[in-house]
Amino acid sequence: MNHLPQAWGRPRDDVYGPYDASYLQSRLPQTHTQSPIVTGTSVLAVKFKDGVVIAADNLASYGSLARFTDVKRLRPFNSKSIVGIGGDVSDMQYLDRLLNSLDVTENYSSTGHSLNAKNLHTYLSKVMYKRRSDINPLWNQMLVAGLDGNDEPFLSSVDLLGTTFSSPTLATGFGAHLAQPLLRKVADDESKVADITRERAVEAVKECMKVLFYRDARSLDRYSIAVVTKEGGLELKEDEQLEGQSWAFAETIRGYGRTQEA
Amino acid sequence: MASLFSSNPTLASNPSYLFSQAPHNLAAGNKEHGFYPYTDNGGSTLGITGNDFAIIAGDTRSTSGYSINTRYSPKVFRIGGDDETGEGAHIILSVVGYAADGTALKERLNAIVKMYKYQHGKKMTVKACAQRLATILYGKRFFPYYVTAILGGLDEDGKGALYSYDPVGSYEREQCRAAGAAASLIMPFLDNQVNFKNQYLPGTGVGHDLQARQTEPLPLHEVEQLVRDAFTSATERHIEVGDGLQMFVVTKGGIEEKYFPLKRD
Repeated sequence: MNHLPQAWGRPRDDVYGPYDASYLQSRLPQTHTQSPIVTGTSVLAVKFKDGVVIAADNLASYGSLARFTDVKRLRPFNSKSIVGIGGDVSDMQYLDRLLNSLDVTENYSSTGHSLNAKNLHTYLSKVMYKRRSDINPLWNQMLVAGLDGNDEPFLSSVDLLGTTFSSPTLATGFGAHLAQPLLRKVADDESKVADITRERAVEAVKECMKVLFYRDARSLDRYSIAVVTKEGGLELKEDEQLEGQSWAFAETIRGYGRTQEA
Repeated sequence: MASLFSSNPTLASNPSYLFSQAPHNLAAGNKEHGFYPYTDNGGSTLGITGNDFAIIAGDTRSTSGYSINTRYSPKVFRIGGDDETGEGAHIILSVVGYAADGTALKERLNAIVKMYKYQHGKKMTVKACAQRLATILYGKRFFPYYVTAILGGLDEDGKGALYSYDPVGSYEREQCRAAGAAASLIMPFLDNQVNFKNQYLPGTGVGHDLQARQTEPLPLHEVEQLVRDAFTSATERHIEVGDGLQMFVVTKGGIEEKYFPLKRD
């Protein structure tokens, strides 16, 4: 007996030809996330007089398959802020763990301060920009909502490229096309935010969630909605049902609601 | 059994049993990555100098594709001043292109200019800052900051100074420069109105004998109006330009910020 693989059962080269070991070594470069797999769709948010309202549905899709129907995509952070996450769900779960560890570190620090929504947004934008610079992105777009250092309403966005921007109303993904124009009717300017009541803002967001459910094929009628105010703190509801849907139009479409030619 | 193999001529001459010796005749060529680390956030910037001032302006729209991200995302920044108010700054920087790189570049230059002041006990000259910015950009030559930068301030003689850059750090001091999405629309206008290109003095001759109009330093109010006209026109013709015009004016009195609304369509 010896150490040669041929002696241990490997087909003999002189009988079967040289062993093809090409499958053993793939000389491909190390690969990172090339595309998102399980995904969440739009996140919507609107600033109002003394706070911010944010919403996202509870669906995680696997391509066109509605795979997980009870996924919470609004992630609260220390009672002052909340992050709405769209895009890859595994990267969202990584970010959730990252924020957990950040929260623990901050609570053990002796600064006496706590991170506000603006700080949180800065932190997340640095994480996202670093990851894109490593060509290893976290495939998400996030909205950070809450209160800034002066307890004023804060709303800002960051995406997988590290691009950041802020606006009185924001929407990610499909919502950027469908909901944002509707939300801008409510608040098209920072100066108008002071005139918007909480009720108006919540109503606008709910209406947009409905529009998205009508037209976004990767959306769901169960959603999470949160309101952050100075007085009320963070109020998060994670299992809401879309109300007041109207599918009356279906009656007018042949092959959909209507069965025969009128 | 051992003798059987040890006497095998094939094996003796070609013992290809080590995996590392395996023939890797795999398909060559790199796998294409699905992730492209850049984007274009649109918008335009513009800088003009005069005898004792420098102006840098930029629109405030941020876009991705046909969507407007926000109507107010500044592209022009004070450098070397207070974090919140920008007080104490004497240099201005505009960045247009990929906004995330622009922010990163701005923050790096800002930190450097501040450190310079703390370490040397004096303000960084615009000339030194301009050279430093070129070095920063060139340092990322093989993974560039995808931005066109314009740096402005007053030089050692108190004259308006303006430096323009390409993404990898080539730079030049100029009288005026337009950058970004509508650069090709604004720059020819500036050539004509600031450097008096294609302007000739009537009655000075025929053909090549015609005398070109000599350039002269323009007064501040005239330059400000040129900037506003440039942006209202660019807004009309370019979809990525609009919403608001932000303008920084550097004079010996300090930096003044101005804002004018632009069309939001």
